[in-house]
Amino acid sequence: MLEVTSLQKSFDGFKAVNNASLSVKEGEVVAVIGPNGAGKTTLFNLITGVLKPDGGKVLFKGEDITGLPSYKVCRRGMSRSFQVVNVFPRLTVFENVQVSVLAKQKRTWNLFAPSAKLAVSETEKILENVGLADIKDATSAALSHGERKVLEIAIALGGSPEFLILDEPTAGMSPEETTRCIDLIKQLKEKLGITILFCEHDMEIVFSISDRIMVMVRGSTIIEGTCDDVRCCQEVQDAYLGGSDACLT
Amino acid sequence: MKNPLLRGKLPWVIAALIVLFLLPVFLDRFYVYLAAIILLTGLSATSLNFVLGYGGVFQFHHAVFYGIGAYGTALMIIKSNLSPWLGFIVGPVVAGILGFVIGVICIRLSKLYFGMLQISLGSLVWAIVYRWYSFTGGDDGIHGVPLPDIISSPNGAYYFTLIVTAVSMFILYRMIRSPFGSALQGIRDNPVRSEMIGVNVKLQQLLALTIAGFFGGVAGSLFVVVDNTVFPDMMFWTLSLELIIMCLLGGWFSFLGPMVGAGIIVLLRTYVSGLTVYWALILGIIMMLVIFFLPNGVLGYLDRFVKKKARS
Ligand SMILES: Nc1ncnc2c1ncn2[C@@H]1O[C@H](COP(=O)(O)OP(=O)(O)OP(=O)(O)O)[C@@H](O)[C@H]1O
Ligand SMILES: [Mg+2]
Repeated sequence: MLEVTSLQKSFDGFKAVNNASLSVKEGEVVAVIGPNGAGKTTLFNLITGVLKPDGGKVLFKGEDITGLPSYKVCRRGMSRSFQVVNVFPRLTVFENVQVSVLAKQKRTWNLFAPSAKLAVSETEKILENVGLADIKDATSAALSHGERKVLEIAIALGGSPEFLILDEPTAGMSPEETTRCIDLIKQLKEKLGITILFCEHDMEIVFSISDRIMVMVRGSTIIEGTCDDVRCCQEVQDAYLGGSDACLT
Repeated sequence: MKNPLLRGKLPWVIAALIVLFLLPVFLDRFYVYLAAIILLTGLSATSLNFVLGYGGVFQFHHAVFYGIGAYGTALMIIKSNLSPWLGFIVGPVVAGILGFVIGVICIRLSKLYFGMLQISLGSLVWAIVYRWYSFTGGDDGIHGVPLPDIISSPNGAYYFTLIVTAVSMFILYRMIRSPFGSALQGIRDNPVRSEMIGVNVKLQQLLALTIAGFFGGVAGSLFVVVDNTVFPDMMFWTLSLELIIMCLLGGWFSFLGPMVGAGIIVLLRTYVSGLTVYWALILGIIMMLVIFFLPNGVLGYLDRFVKKKARS
């Protein structure tokens, strides 16, 4: 479904992403892991059109989407959530998700119909699913960090994506919130059949929900394979654990 | 955005409109004139706020569209033999087109740079109007624009202004509450995220700028009706600054904020006009007080006050 080949991006000569490759098949959950500053977020920004790559190729559903602006990428069925919370702070929780649904329905050029009556059931269903229905009238700036991270995902779901990118979905969440979030991700895969690409520092989460893993160090892909491949790969241990020789568990 | 101040708002709006309709019955001519000026200035500020408060675009030189709307109307009435009513369509349409053109040029730049480029382009328009004696009358402006009989009396002008302002405000309100308005507010809050949910940010903003220019032009053409004159200072950048202050003072996240701000500023300008030399100073002080004490403007403050009361 997604095919990334030798993507490149530098900032003022610093190669943040250098030869990253990745492939995700339909229905899979794939994790990208790597130490801080490895270039995971930058990679996601390149795939989703937030940044333009200096080189390389991104194929999505067989079509070349390299360098396409993000609104076009989104319209092809790809949504994402952000690592640093990136919601609409002055809108309510409901409006945050609703605007995303409206955009998906290509209604943003409608100047006269009242928003209050549009996309209501779709929006409420998403809020119900992610567990934000109780606080739908709160302004999103008033939410806790964990709630805002969930709202992040809810906004992405507003676009009813076939392919979803989650950038550290559980970062900063409490243990209970983390458990709920993982259940949600599993549900998205199983019930809605969404293909998921995500990155995460918590290895336990990574191994428990992903079908395959790509490891990234200093901007480059060093291995892409199943959990077992990755768990015992010497290079990963050198790079990631600073050379301990036990398998990652 | 549930607003307790505006909950059950329809009766209030109707009451306000009735009072405004009866105004000429119990007020002197001068006050009726002043009320008309407040209404049309408020419309101008509201059209600015459509892109400033709701769209997050730094429209620093909105008065240009107000001025061009006025000139378009006046010149159309004076220079052509067509129905003078046509002038009230031509003025706003020209202002809308100008809003689009300036928007196309500036939209590539972010926030502050957008505003700076807009000030320079706006000043360019001002300079052309100011210098082009043979067409615009230069710095003399145009006086005694002949109007259709029905709106040439002071009361006629007032009622025309009231009706057009009310209709325009209603349309702007509907637009803010439409999916277009939702997307616009999303862009204000977070352009990157808006783009990521499939909104073509620049195009959306461009349409908003065109609409804002159009309604700024409507306000300008109303000025022709009320005052019978147009002059280049209508589009001088200081007036744009006043419009921004009106939005901030009244509350740029409330729909009626700019109207309230316009009321306050126009009244102040009228009653301290003996001190015109100090007008800039007074504006500066107001601006400072607003920034320090009323960051959400008068309506934003009242809103919070009402919410607190409701809770206790
Ligand atoms: N816009 C930018 N301008 C300059 N440098 C950048 C920019 N974005 C990222 N970088 C640099 O690129 C490198 C990769 O950053 P990136 O955010 O992609 O890492 P990451 O793998 O997501 O890290 P983390 O796990 O901490 O989120 C970092 O060294 C960062 O400082
Ligand atoms: Mg990151």
